[in-house]
Amino acid sequence: MIREKVRVKSFKINGIDVTGASNQTILEVAQDNNIEIPTLCYLKGLSCVGSCRMCIVEIKGSNQLIPACTAKIKEGMEVTTDSPRIKTNREMILSMLFSERTHTCSVCVSNGNCELQNKAHELHLDHIQVPYHNARFEIDASHKNFVNDPNRCILCTRCIRVCDEIEGAHALDIMDRGIDTRIIHDMDEPWAQSLSCTSCGKCVYVCPTGALYEKDISDEEADKKRSIIMELLERKAQQ
Amino acid sequence: MKKIIIDPVTRIEGHAKITIDVDANNRISDAKIHVTQFRGFEKFCEGQIYSQMPALTARTCGICPVSHAISSIKACDILLGVTPPQAGINLRKIINLAQILQSHTLSFFHLSSPDFIYGFDAKKEDRNIFKMMQTHPQMAKDGIMLRAFGQKVIQTLGGKRIHPDGLVPGGVEQNLDTQTKNTLLLEIPNAIKIAEETLIFFKNNLAKFEKEIDSFGVFPSLFMALVDENGNLEHYDGKLKIIDSEGNVLQENISPQHYKEFIGEAVEAESYLKSPYYKPFGYPQGMYRVGALARLNIAKACGTPKADKELLAFKALNAGKPVLNSFYYHYARLIEMLYALEKIELLLKDETTMGEALHRTSKILKTQAVGCSEAPRGTLFHDYEVDTNGIIQKVNLIIATGNNNLAMNAGLKQVAQTFINAEDVSEGALNRVEALIRCFDPCLSCSTHALGIVSSNIELKDHNKNIIQIFKRN
Repeated sequence: MIREKVRVKSFKINGIDVTGASNQTILEVAQDNNIEIPTLCYLKGLSCVGSCRMCIVEIKGSNQLIPACTAKIKEGMEVTTDSPRIKTNREMILSMLFSERTHTCSVCVSNGNCELQNKAHELHLDHIQVPYHNARFEIDASHKNFVNDPNRCILCTRCIRVCDEIEGAHALDIMDRGIDTRIIHDMDEPWAQSLSCTSCGKCVYVCPTGALYEKDISDEEADKKRSIIMELLERKAQQ
Repeated sequence: MKKIIIDPVTRIEGHAKITIDVDANNRISDAKIHVTQFRGFEKFCEGQIYSQMPALTARTCGICPVSHAISSIKACDILLGVTPPQAGINLRKIINLAQILQSHTLSFFHLSSPDFIYGFDAKKEDRNIFKMMQTHPQMAKDGIMLRAFGQKVIQTLGGKRIHPDGLVPGGVEQNLDTQTKNTLLLEIPNAIKIAEETLIFFKNNLAKFEKEIDSFGVFPSLFMALVDENGNLEHYDGKLKIIDSEGNVLQENISPQHYKEFIGEAVEAESYLKSPYYKPFGYPQGMYRVGALARLNIAKACGTPKADKELLAFKALNAGKPVLNSFYYHYARLIEMLYALEKIELLLKDETTMGEALHRTSKILKTQAVGCSEAPRGTLFHDYEVDTNGIIQKVNLIIATGNNNLAMNAGLKQVAQTFINAEDVSEGALNRVEALIRCFDPCLSCSTHALGIVSSNIELKDHNKNIIQIFKRN
């Protein structure tokens, strides 16, 4: 296999001169330089899909807003991570995520421990700008340990990626399109009947919201399991 | 030839309208409370997972969320076939009693006491807690302090002041530690002192309200409440007991699981509030009352010394027979406040309260369960049906206030006939109509699941049902 030669590239983020390897993304270089870019579907150690669009940035010379998690760096580019336009767009993206499903924090298992909720706090989003869709999806509680509540899913696909890339089972995938899109097991079978699911729980502990959760578990136990999986991902990222 | 409408009924929890029908001879022919809005918890809970029900149904109410959570977790306990550890049961009992204390305090001090201090005919701008703060600052402070104590207990043991999330199937999330216990115990003597002083204030003022006592919903009815194995006052667990107005026992030792065999639910055209009735007597003859008055009428004793002493005096009001005057709901609530404080103290000092408070399990063993407890306003039922995965298929809620619906209507008619002169409707008379409703301390948004924008009305209708006058409060 012929590997592409990795070169060092210099460019600017928010007017600051930075350098990175040519196979790095804007997000990775920004993180190396302690420049904060909000993310949601991104998880270190997993492939990047740019599905949530929270990490959008402006690049001088382009009219488009580019997701920093998938955009590779280029020599001499000038990146802006925060501007009124970016802020407005991020707020709209977050509003649409909230409106698409039923995110009632007060009765959610992840209340106080939810990345979507935290993002709303960070962006000072106290109400949403689009009407609620009030979709109703069937909850899958068939698995003895885990629950899949698509009503809280933001379709970040972390669960699909971790199952495929870390566990190697690829028990999960995505079905349907648009607002009907949902995460399924195997060929849309109830979770308990999935032959490929190994019940490892990795999908549950990378879920940023309360869409996937474990039944009958204390916060301490859940934290411990989450930290083990995050450690695995960290090691994968270093490979 | 008139119809009087009071809209909204003030100083109650929730929204309602009262209509009073006047016949061709200017006599009051009927009076009714209408709850005109709907919230639909029974419907939208379908499809949810059982474990979410305590948090969801607690949102029924901001005043008594603990009661809903308690009934809900008890139903979930049965679905899971789990018995919480004794510490969990004791902590649930303490939180439930704290809830009863704070709710009764709200009803007495914040909503009803202005009537007792200034009289029912006082100017309407004076009949509120703000005026009370000016003229009776200590009493207002006492009321606020007592409610704050109840809320503090809920927050400390349940995690949050309103909608506590520590109440979970299998027990209580947080164990009790010695420091927390001691902090709460320190505040109890002062709280008991306030409760006792309030009882004295109320009893000293009873002579002023003889006419109201004799006409505020005084009628024979059945009474229903939970009692413990000795027939004593019980709010958390126990068996249902139903007595008639003479004190004869109609039913006892009924497991709440079988409530449907004894309680029917009627629906009236002009209200979203259900009208439950005692099945053997039919509708509407099977009218019964629940809440503090019913509990004290049914209970043989409270089980705590100070409250038992007060209970003796209470039972003497009708020579040992059930007290039928709805006005005495206030009295009964004050005795229960004292009981709640004494019982919280006993439970906190109980060594078994200090252990592990939670058994965790998530395997569904039963697909139908009824959770029942005594809420501040009466017996509360949460009836769930789930599939084998724990997904809710059907929900039936009988909210405490709903049980009193028929009795509230009967009381309204009596008050309207006693005090309302259809030719000249006075403000004092209207206030008495509302005060009757306040006796029952209804929580309407809770019981009807009403999403309120406008509060309640009093309507005056003629015999052809034409509205002559509407009294609206803005």
